[in-house]
Amino acid sequence: MALTREQIASIAALARLDLTASEFPVYQDSLSRIIEFVSALDRAHTADVAPMSHPLPGLSQRLRPDVVTEQDRREHYQANAPQVAAGLYLVPKVIE
Amino acid sequence: MSDWHTSTLTQLAAGLRARKFSSAELVRAYLQRIDASQAALNAFISVTREQALSDAAVADRALAAGAAGALTGVPIAHKDIFCTQGVRTTCGSRMLDNFVSPYDATVVAKLKGAGAVMLGKTNMDEFAMGSSSETSFYGPVRNPWNPQLVPGGSSGGSAAAVAARLVPAATATDTGGSIRQPAALCGITGLKPTYGRVSRFGMIAFASSLDQGGVLTATAADAALVLREMAGFDANDSTSVDTPVPDYVAALEQPLAGLKVGLLKEFFDKGLDAHNERRIREALKVYEGLGAKLSEVSLPNLPLSVPVYYVVAPAECSSNLARYDGVRFGYRCEKPRDLTDLYRRSRGEGFGAEVKRRIMTGTYVLSAGYYDAYYLKAQRVRQLINEDFRRAFGSVDVLMGPTTPTPAFAIGAKTSDPITMYLNDIYTIGANLAGLPAVSIPCGFVQQLPVGLQIVGPHFSEARLLSAAHAFQRVTDWHTRVPPGYA
Amino acid sequence: MSAWETVIGLEIHAQLATRSKIFSGSATAYGAAPNTQANLVDLGYPGVLPVLNAEAVRMAVKLGLAINARIAAQSVFARKNYFYPDLPKGYQISQYEQPIVAAGALDIVLDDGEVKRIGITRAHLEEDAGKSLHEGLPGVTGIDLNRAGTPLVEIVSEPHLRSAKEAVAYMKKVHTLVRYLEICDGNMQEGSFRCDANVSVRRSGAHQLGTRAEIKNLNSFRFVERAINYEVARQIDILESGGQVVQETRLYDPDRGETRSMRSKEEANDYRYFPDPDLLPVVLDEAFIGAVRATLPELPDQKAARFASQYGLSAYDAGVLTASHELAAYYEEVVRELPQEPKLAANWIMGEFAAALNKENLEVGSGKLPPGRLAGLLRRICDQTISGKLAKEVFEAMWSGGASADAVIEAQGLRQITDTAAIERMIDEVMARNPAQLAEYRAGKDKLFGFFVGQVMKATAGKANPAQLNELLRRKLGG
Repeated sequence: MALTREQIASIAALARLDLTASEFPVYQDSLSRIIEFVSALDRAHTADVAPMSHPLPGLSQRLRPDVVTEQDRREHYQANAPQVAAGLYLVPKVIE
Repeated sequence: MSDWHTSTLTQLAAGLRARKFSSAELVRAYLQRIDASQAALNAFISVTREQALSDAAVADRALAAGAAGALTGVPIAHKDIFCTQGVRTTCGSRMLDNFVSPYDATVVAKLKGAGAVMLGKTNMDEFAMGSSSETSFYGPVRNPWNPQLVPGGSSGGSAAAVAARLVPAATATDTGGSIRQPAALCGITGLKPTYGRVSRFGMIAFASSLDQGGVLTATAADAALVLREMAGFDANDSTSVDTPVPDYVAALEQPLAGLKVGLLKEFFDKGLDAHNERRIREALKVYEGLGAKLSEVSLPNLPLSVPVYYVVAPAECSSNLARYDGVRFGYRCEKPRDLTDLYRRSRGEGFGAEVKRRIMTGTYVLSAGYYDAYYLKAQRVRQLINEDFRRAFGSVDVLMGPTTPTPAFAIGAKTSDPITMYLNDIYTIGANLAGLPAVSIPCGFVQQLPVGLQIVGPHFSEARLLSAAHAFQRVTDWHTRVPPGYA
Repeated sequence: MSAWETVIGLEIHAQLATRSKIFSGSATAYGAAPNTQANLVDLGYPGVLPVLNAEAVRMAVKLGLAINARIAAQSVFARKNYFYPDLPKGYQISQYEQPIVAAGALDIVLDDGEVKRIGITRAHLEEDAGKSLHEGLPGVTGIDLNRAGTPLVEIVSEPHLRSAKEAVAYMKKVHTLVRYLEICDGNMQEGSFRCDANVSVRRSGAHQLGTRAEIKNLNSFRFVERAINYEVARQIDILESGGQVVQETRLYDPDRGETRSMRSKEEANDYRYFPDPDLLPVVLDEAFIGAVRATLPELPDQKAARFASQYGLSAYDAGVLTASHELAAYYEEVVRELPQEPKLAANWIMGEFAAALNKENLEVGSGKLPPGRLAGLLRRICDQTISGKLAKEVFEAMWSGGASADAVIEAQGLRQITDTAAIERMIDEVMARNPAQLAEYRAGKDKLFGFFVGQVMKATAGKANPAQLNELLRRKLGG
């Protein structure tokens, strides 16, 4: 099940991944192989089977009380930031 | 010079409490071994020498005051996937090369609370994606049994470190076999707990419904001790299960006689190397000798576990890794022209090839028009596999079989075709899909390379797995073997 | 009869008034310095995980019950994947196939008094994104993630609305409801309550829906009305000249009064929804839902119906008085003190009181004129201490000065003159001063009655009791 170059380009765009020209055929080949490989799933009869999102059955989401537990630790968290000014994270200008 | 590195963690913990030696001595000795082996093995990404010595001093004071916890003063390493406050946490990736975590993962905090002393962060496949620890931005990890060979992955650094006795225990994670497979290839014990047993908070996510934190040690008894301290409910993790943690150490001596062992027909297939199979059969004979009752079981959908995994895991990771965008932390490309360029180049340059491959696979299988055929289908087959396991455990207590199809392979041997690499996980993936606990223990050698026996149990049967593994280790000595050059 | 029919569906996003965020313990208070209310979970740091806020769930259930919707026994959170700097994880945790609230409905009253039932397809929980700041930052955009993770309930209407006016009426009804339920403060300036409008047109009588455009982030009733009207005209223009409407996202520009296409935020967006593996299904049992049901207040429609019957008010008046629960409570406080005068109270509250609040941009709860004070004024009208006309002056004095009615009346000497003899004296004086008009009136010019009323009022500085004045004047003028 070969993926086309256009498909690779559109997947890379959706995933915001820059691919060099030489990378294109490499990914095209390996992704096609992977998709071919996983198509083995078609063999299974799953008409009446519910999809499994969680490995442990019968569990439900715990609810936490509505309490503020966090304080301002902006300095600490922004120590890792590539670019900040006046407490804001900066990115190239976005036009809406 | 000391022989501490040949002691088990259990022995070291006892020795520390008995004040036979100090934590500072132990830490210095292990740090020396780490330094001496780093060029050959590349097991560590960061070594936290100063902090370790300082923590050892604190531990020694606690030991002197008789205020010791279960692991006080015991050296430990963390896979570089666990966030460690104030310490670089890279996940083996250029994307996080400069990332100093502002917080501790729950696992790290718990082990710290139990008194363990962290020596450093171990090397791994980038973002835990791999079965050989070759995809790390920091270079491949080498197998201490033969440095031309892989140690397995993704927890190769932790496995190599424990096998070479650079540290008595190392934390690790297992999404498709990443604890068990390196344990098998490095001749040590590796435990993946039940999904939800160990908190995932602070454990950098790869595939959220499959990831589980565990431990690599020399023995099952050591694993029991560490697991007891690592496991437990965490309010910060919604998938963490609120059931009491048994005393796995106390449960080790549970008698084994009468244990019903299922041998998976699907595991003893033509993919299994004949020599490996021989070692496994010999190990099973040992179990029979201990009173286990063997029978054959079949999980007919199990052969589809690898395709299921390679849909579900990439899908979840494609979403989990979207946060790495060069905005708030991590790698950012030089001079981004605009926002799209910032994203595309930061991620294109920050991630390695295998990670990008999986992100793209995941993006594809979730995309419009493909979601039903791939993702939803895979989750349905996952349900079938889960039901197969449940049915099997209706008639047996545990399943046993090989951990890997072959012993360790050469670095570079399997990197050209992703599928060949993926098939390394063929025996381990099923347990992740069903959230089951599983352990790999050394059971012999093939051409001087270790072979691992895998034991899989129903949910929350860690105590039984560990006691069964311990029973084997009481009558065999594979777990005491140290690679030549590291003895 | 128009050739074209307008079809509108609204998606309303209401920020839930919880103390902490939906998936983290960060504060939700408005106005904090940038990124001081964004913790590791909100920032999407490596390794963090979401934990669900119980109050957000309760508030969503409360809403569902108030719109007579089925509450899902099991609902699932799903990831909506896309890249934008105000979305730290690169996905928004929302609900997709299994929302917490299923189909319900809300009644609106149209201009002609007709009641129309608007279907609500579903309502679900999700997290809000952060904010992008473009002003004063050359070449860069600043990201503030304080708002990221604030709980939202998204309420999706069926495409039952047929005009901008209906859309506004529906939006106002939802606004009233969420404030009644105390699940949202409805502050549109602060962004607590926003709306996206899906607008399309089709030939009258057609069954197929036309291609729709989505107008995003409308945060005032006036903008909603104008944006929809503009968009409808725009689409009709396109179709009438043979073109096709493009399905796209548009923004309303209030300065130009037009909608325009949004640049590429929505371009090629495949959200790749899948159930969030970090969260388990939300399971709600009858006990939980019952506990929420017990906290439901009297809802707007119920209150309006009760006001109409209990206080003898028209449906319209009851509707106005119950538009906010604060106003309704105020009204009932006043009536409690003056149980005989529900209509008088209604008139004054809908009239003078509302106008005064509006002029100064105040809320009912501002405390400017406590209900007891207003009741005091109305009591003096009823007992004839002052006339209705003078009461307006007293009201203004009370409003600006904060004094009670009695204090103002005393201070300004505004007591109504009800002493018959005094009034008669005034009448006699006025008659004596205006012999010509008196003669004309007695000759048959009835209109001049008003003149005499005016003159007596002027002479008494408006304080003569009008009814008494009328009667006495008639007698005296009659000769």
